[in-house]
Amino acid sequence: MANHHDDHHHGHHHDHDHSELSETELRVRALETILTQKGYVDPAALDVLIETYETKVGPRNGAQVVAKAWTDPAYRERLLADGSAAIAELDYVGRQGEHIVVVENTPSRHNMVVCTLCSCYPWPVLGLPPVWYKSAPYRSRAVKDPRGVLHDFGFELSPDIEIRVWDSTAEIRYLVLPMRPPGTDGWSAERLADLVTRDSMIGTGFPKQPHEVA
Amino acid sequence: MPLDREAASRAANALPDLPRDDEGPVFREPWEARAFAVALALHERGVFTWPEWAAALADEIKRAQAAGDADSGDTYYQHWLATLETLVAAKGVAPTDMLHQYRDAWDHAADRTPHGSPIELKPEDFRS
Repeated sequence: MANHHDDHHHGHHHDHDHSELSETELRVRALETILTQKGYVDPAALDVLIETYETKVGPRNGAQVVAKAWTDPAYRERLLADGSAAIAELDYVGRQGEHIVVVENTPSRHNMVVCTLCSCYPWPVLGLPPVWYKSAPYRSRAVKDPRGVLHDFGFELSPDIEIRVWDSTAEIRYLVLPMRPPGTDGWSAERLADLVTRDSMIGTGFPKQPHEVA
Repeated sequence: MPLDREAASRAANALPDLPRDDEGPVFREPWEARAFAVALALHERGVFTWPEWAAALADEIKRAQAAGDADSGDTYYQHWLATLETLVAAKGVAPTDMLHQYRDAWDHAADRTPHGSPIELKPEDFRS
């Protein structure tokens, strides 16, 4: 939706390259800090609880975006040319007006995204970030040793596949377009979306195989 | 009592309007999950009962509707947060002026923190 895209650029406060919190987030943080200092809540216990709701936060529209790109070559072209506009076509609009760049995995190149310790994560498309994603070790290791990080997640990539690591900036968030799994010819976008995991869109995993959702 | 999914389910059952799916609460934005967890923690600590919470939340929603809130469901956690603020102040746990002071300090912390660094509250953030 063109007007959505225009709306993106209003209320955009990244000019000074600092993180930002919405009014609501400021109030939640204020409350939590006071309650923590007074011993009423334990932030670690809150984290543990919220982690169990990881998949229950945000619209998680990324899977629909990926499945559409797999089934609609023209959409895929638009998505790779201008991620924000193509995602907005599906009416999925980020709150912060961030620009989303979609990077495509190919047989010779794997993409991995590292984000930052702040709140810059495209949760409207991906849902809540996993806790490890925000951790300093993941962030620094992903840049230095992406193959090792993938290994820890249980994936081995052949040495001739190049791994490219994308670090988000104040203005740009990345979404990985994984490769469509083999054996899915003729599948509808709706069925394909079930194969698309969050980790496959961060590049720390791959889509499920057809037999895993049978 | 532990802060877990069982406690969350009990809360969801005690609060019929809570946005949920078959498995329990669902959240539109990360802060909503945080606000939910804070209320759950306070409840588990015995700061309020769910009937007491439900009554306070209903009051808050009534106030918001009188002020023009469309109550289409997507502001549920805005009301939830306002209820939390009201209740902690009423119970003497966190007075309103303290909430404002900390809100401003977090705003300051966010402003001075470059992108890519965790936003942390420091004593300097309380000097405006």
